[in-house]
Amino acid sequence: MRSEFVFVGILVVFSMLLPAAGLGFAWLIRPKKPNPIKKSTYECGIATSSDAWVQFRAQYYIYALVFVVFDVEAVFLLPWAVAYNQLTAYAMLESVVFVAILAVALIYAWRKGALRWS
Amino acid sequence: MPIDQLVQVLVFVVMTFMTLGGGLGVVVSRNLFHSALFLVLSLGGVIGYYVLLDAGFLAAVQLMVYIGAISILILFAIMLSPGLMMQHQSQRNEQWWVAALVGVLLFVVLAVVLGQVQWPVADAQALAAPNAQVSQLGVALLGPYAIPFEVISVLLLTALVGAIILARDTAD
Amino acid sequence: MDAIAAWLTTVIPGLGLPLAHLIVQVVYSAALAFGAPVGIVVAYTYMERKVIARVQDRIGPNRAGPLGVLQGFADAVKMLTKEDITPAKADRLVYNLAPALASVAAILVFAVLPVAPGVIGTDLHVGIIYVVAVGSLGELASLMAGWSSDNKFALVGAFRTVAQLVTYEVPMVIAVIMVVLAAGSMQLGQIVAAQDVPFLVTLPVAFFIFLAASMAEIGRSPFDLVEAESEIVAGFHTEYSGMKFALFFIGEYMHLFAGAGFIATLFLGGWRGPGAGDGSILAVILGWAYFAVKTTVIIFVMMWARATLPRLRIDHLLDFGWKFMTPVGLAALVAVAVALKIPGLGSPLLRWVAMLAANGAVIAVSLVAIAWAARRSGSASLRGVAGVKG
Repeated sequence: MRSEFVFVGILVVFSMLLPAAGLGFAWLIRPKKPNPIKKSTYECGIATSSDAWVQFRAQYYIYALVFVVFDVEAVFLLPWAVAYNQLTAYAMLESVVFVAILAVALIYAWRKGALRWS
Repeated sequence: MPIDQLVQVLVFVVMTFMTLGGGLGVVVSRNLFHSALFLVLSLGGVIGYYVLLDAGFLAAVQLMVYIGAISILILFAIMLSPGLMMQHQSQRNEQWWVAALVGVLLFVVLAVVLGQVQWPVADAQALAAPNAQVSQLGVALLGPYAIPFEVISVLLLTALVGAIILARDTAD
Repeated sequence: MDAIAAWLTTVIPGLGLPLAHLIVQVVYSAALAFGAPVGIVVAYTYMERKVIARVQDRIGPNRAGPLGVLQGFADAVKMLTKEDITPAKADRLVYNLAPALASVAAILVFAVLPVAPGVIGTDLHVGIIYVVAVGSLGELASLMAGWSSDNKFALVGAFRTVAQLVTYEVPMVIAVIMVVLAAGSMQLGQIVAAQDVPFLVTLPVAFFIFLAASMAEIGRSPFDLVEAESEIVAGFHTEYSGMKFALFFIGEYMHLFAGAGFIATLFLGGWRGPGAGDGSILAVILGWAYFAVKTTVIIFVMMWARATLPRLRIDHLLDFGWKFMTPVGLAALVAVAVALKIPGLGSPLLRWVAMLAANGAVIAVSLVAIAWAARRSGSASLRGVAGVKG
């Protein structure tokens, strides 16, 4: 199985070369005239007011959290899906239970308002 | 040595640098965001180890879950903490020499112990052909390991419920 | 590609087969890393502007070259020669790394795309989750870009982008699991081979979910709140100009082609078609043509949606992902799993019918659920759509 990833390794190397080549080439031919106004942060054309940090919105974190749970669930469902043909009907029941428990998790999150933007 | 073994050693060395260097960077870096990115680098190095061990499924899962989900969770936590990002802290306090001593001692102890353990080495033939490996995993998950399979879903449910309760408490 | 490697060993004396394979792989990956971005971006930016223009009853670019076909090159030259304005307080290392990571992640996906019979970078046994995993690398690039720009808009844009990407990755993976159920393997070559009947027909729910989720993952309208100029300037890439912006742009169009290519592979049968079955050179050319046509059709559908549908608001967008697509996806997954294990399904035809029936049931139930939710909602217009009088 190792040999399958050789191509990925080669492509990683080449794909890192593309931005390098592009940026290098652009560095050669683009104008370089920095001045403080150009280099200041963009805020709709007016002077910036404060350092950039965002209001603490726990909601972003909760979305990422629910995503982690469902990502791990998907990881466990993948070998099941590959082996499905060789499994018995009892295995189908087991996995329906698995998905059902996680559906309960989604419903819980939904009802508790964890998935609400506001 | 033959070319493919040379390549494997080279990949192993690069991945080791990524993993250990990333780990070092997490601890040494003064900027919290950089520390998180070094953590991502370290987790990325582990992907290489999985590939070298013929565990392609685990490599992809490591990328998908650790780097694609958990790193984002960690980065969100850092980015959403007010003021935390902008601080540049010194990484040392007055007791750093005690910590360094303990660290070196721990390393010596671990190295001696690990060198003397008789690691069980699996037969080369014990590994099935790659396309059978994942389905073997699937059969195992739903056969002998069915109870852990179901317990995992309960664990995930518990984790989600707990996190939502905690998050709602602080937000309200 | 094995055939090309074998041919190389006959042409160059003393060349062993492994080395010939390596040479073929190196050439192919160089073509992917350097040729594909240029070709795809030039061709599809032109197509996009023409398609959207025609939908909006105007002509689109027609000055650069005959019928405007050189517009892409003109844009490329423009972006190369623009000044690179780095904000003074930006974090230099992360700021420069982010666009590079975005384009690397976009190119890496192509390693497993089966472009023609026998032409695939590497037919990984974990092909399909490799795709999902590498796609999630791009999310990291967005976060890095938004944070290192030291700009409030960029930061908020990065958060929203990642929230959207994360929301739609769940239904996308669920749709992928359904395809793996039907095909019995994660290898993309096997998935193409298993589609005597394209999965579009047997798994329509998976197709729709994957199409919508792909559009959201790429960040295209109607899911493009995070880069819409009237909303948040340019989102996480506000502070980027010149080549670095071009790298994000390349990443987006490569992602578009890769997403459409995977829809074509997973649901439309990839390179399959009449005459592409045997191992001859003609079959390879035909297969490549079929793949290109199918991918372009999907891209056209995406551009059509962009030109037609209004943009979704961020809360609608996230609600749609979590509260509609994910439950429907889970329900369809369970339905397909149950349908495949009904005792007595001998022939493949019966299996396909069973899967189609399961999908049909899920579609019917979700339409009923939508009508019920619309009826119960407070909005008068929604109730009117659902047929409630008054």
